[in-house]
Amino acid sequence: MDHSGEIAEVPGERNDGTSTQAGSRQAAPSPKLASMPEKSRALGMYESMVLIRKYEERIYFLFLEGMISGSIHQSHGQEACAVGMLYDLSRNDYMASTHRPASHDLAKGVSVEAMMGEMFGKTTGCCRGKGGAMHTGDISVGAVPSNAIVGANIPIAVGIALSCKYRKTDNVVVCFFGDGASNEGAFHEGINGAAIWNLPVIFACENNLYGGSTAVQATMKIADIAERAAAYGIPGEVVDGNDVLAVNEAATRAIARARRGEGPTLLELKTYRIAGHSRSDACAYRDDKEEEQWFARDPIRIFRSMLLDSGLTTEQELAQIDSSVDERIEAAVKDAMAAPDPLPEDALRHVYWEGRDH
Amino acid sequence: MAQMSIAEALNRAIAEEMERDQRVFCIGEDISDANGGYGGAFAVTRRLHDRFGAERVINTPISEILICGVAVGAAMTGLIPIADLQYGDFLFCLMDQLANQAAKMCYMSGGKVHVPMVLRAPIGATTRGSQHGQSLEGCFTHIPGLKVICPGTAYDAMGLLKTAIRDGNPVLVFEHKRLYGGKRTERQALSTIGEVPDGDFTIPFGQAVVRRDGSHITLVANLLMMYRAMEAAALLDKEGIQCEVIDPRTLVPFDYATVIESLRKTGRLLIVHEDHYTNGWGAQLAAYIAENEIYLLDAPIRRVAAYDVPVPFAPVMENFVVPTAERIAEAARSLMKN
Repeated sequence: MDHSGEIAEVPGERNDGTSTQAGSRQAAPSPKLASMPEKSRALGMYESMVLIRKYEERIYFLFLEGMISGSIHQSHGQEACAVGMLYDLSRNDYMASTHRPASHDLAKGVSVEAMMGEMFGKTTGCCRGKGGAMHTGDISVGAVPSNAIVGANIPIAVGIALSCKYRKTDNVVVCFFGDGASNEGAFHEGINGAAIWNLPVIFACENNLYGGSTAVQATMKIADIAERAAAYGIPGEVVDGNDVLAVNEAATRAIARARRGEGPTLLELKTYRIAGHSRSDACAYRDDKEEEQWFARDPIRIFRSMLLDSGLTTEQELAQIDSSVDERIEAAVKDAMAAPDPLPEDALRHVYWEGRDH
Repeated sequence: MAQMSIAEALNRAIAEEMERDQRVFCIGEDISDANGGYGGAFAVTRRLHDRFGAERVINTPISEILICGVAVGAAMTGLIPIADLQYGDFLFCLMDQLANQAAKMCYMSGGKVHVPMVLRAPIGATTRGSQHGQSLEGCFTHIPGLKVICPGTAYDAMGLLKTAIRDGNPVLVFEHKRLYGGKRTERQALSTIGEVPDGDFTIPFGQAVVRRDGSHITLVANLLMMYRAMEAAALLDKEGIQCEVIDPRTLVPFDYATVIESLRKTGRLLIVHEDHYTNGWGAQLAAYIAENEIYLLDAPIRRVAAYDVPVPFAPVMENFVVPTAERIAEAARSLMKN
């Protein structure tokens, strides 16, 4: 299957905020440049994206070196989705993630040390070594433990949104999932529930074009997952998921709508993973041309150019950020390696809650 | 003291907990009785809407994944949902949210998140056929992270449901459709009208109750089967066989100690449940006793359970599949011959 036809048409965002029309085809590129934010904000986004990229690259090598166990589902290439969606949330807002959680967790503020500790299965990990790569999170910063059952985090996010509303807060929930999850029953039940109750949740579908090895076109007859929003009577929007400013702009609108009590939005962020689905996946199902076109649209490279072109910053300043991120990651790796293993019998704890954080 | 049915006791427990704690709310299909709604498939949530409003008595679409998922999410973030299933059979529709999510969230997060939720599920064969009549306890006692309770009297319904709401963990409540004594009277239903003390009280999990004292044989039975075991014990009494009848009341945690204490006296164990024979909850009790206390036994352990077939519709077949007092008595008589 040749996907290059679609790839040439990486969509621009739809800025009208209206429901996607059922039956519309893949959005034509309408590169409407979101305006560059002020410097500290722009560099903050850049740093967050670089942190994700370098974290995932480090994890990749640690895995190859046999330093960490299990499998890994990596999020690099999708940094703009995470950072654009989460940059403006407070720690009292929530984020619910998937089996590919590192970008979301780091962007939501889970510490690199806690993430790295978990990857090594250490007591310093964000789940004390009980969760592993697919369950990272830290509820104290609003990062719900991530979920390894595709689509299952959607109804849970709806419950968290119900809780935000029930407790009369103005907090919101950003719920990430992939294109694959949109074919799960949980997607339908969850989004429908959020819609009828006007709950403050933003459904952020990272469409990276493949569920495992299966192309999204083989799993649905519509061009854009955002079209499905119409079925629930909520706005749906296609967004260029590799453009952090486009994502952030769409997120800002959807978050404001949620905070006003007007209910959920479905954002479809078109993006591409750099790595395979999991560590053992060499992406034999993707053709070279497609990869080349997407990698040319690397979200960090794009944003870096935009930053430099805007004159907001310099190569030198960005290089400083890059190296400070490197230092943070290396320190986290060092910490994680030095941290104590759990006791084997710690496996018997935490099956039930005992009335306190224990 | 007040006289009430199990349905009324559950209703009162929910209402008192909602009154006591603003975090407690109800969610499920047809649970509101506003605008002519049912007030729950078995009338357990009647009048709650009038008292607490639609924000705390939340009717849902027919979406079991949503019901359980919302309960999990709300519970993780400071609320205490009481989720209502119309029939226990629908547990299979929400299995992922219960078994993978609710049950594992505390563990997977290293104890940093917990899920204080209650899921109520009516079970038992009531001539509704195979998809509305199962008894499913064994499927769920197998899942670490869940607590599983089965109150069979009005007093237990009140005290155990309150404990469930305050427990801080996901608690699955199996209620028997023939024991509710609610507005809809089931055929072959038993009156479970019983005394319930006034005022607030709870019953700790993991404490079985001896329903009848006896020295020859220990019958362990829950829900409707507890009543049938009592009936069988009355029959056997006339034949000179003294049965001790134990109602475990909660399956996870399970009170093995009360059973063991009884076996010291009787040396004979007969387990009765409407759950299927193979890997029904009694299989674990039998294995536990065989593993730990086999020398207390004077005879092999026996189990009387629903046969390993789906629940059939025709009353004559259903009555054959679900243990009767006579079938229990017959098993007890054969045990006494050992």
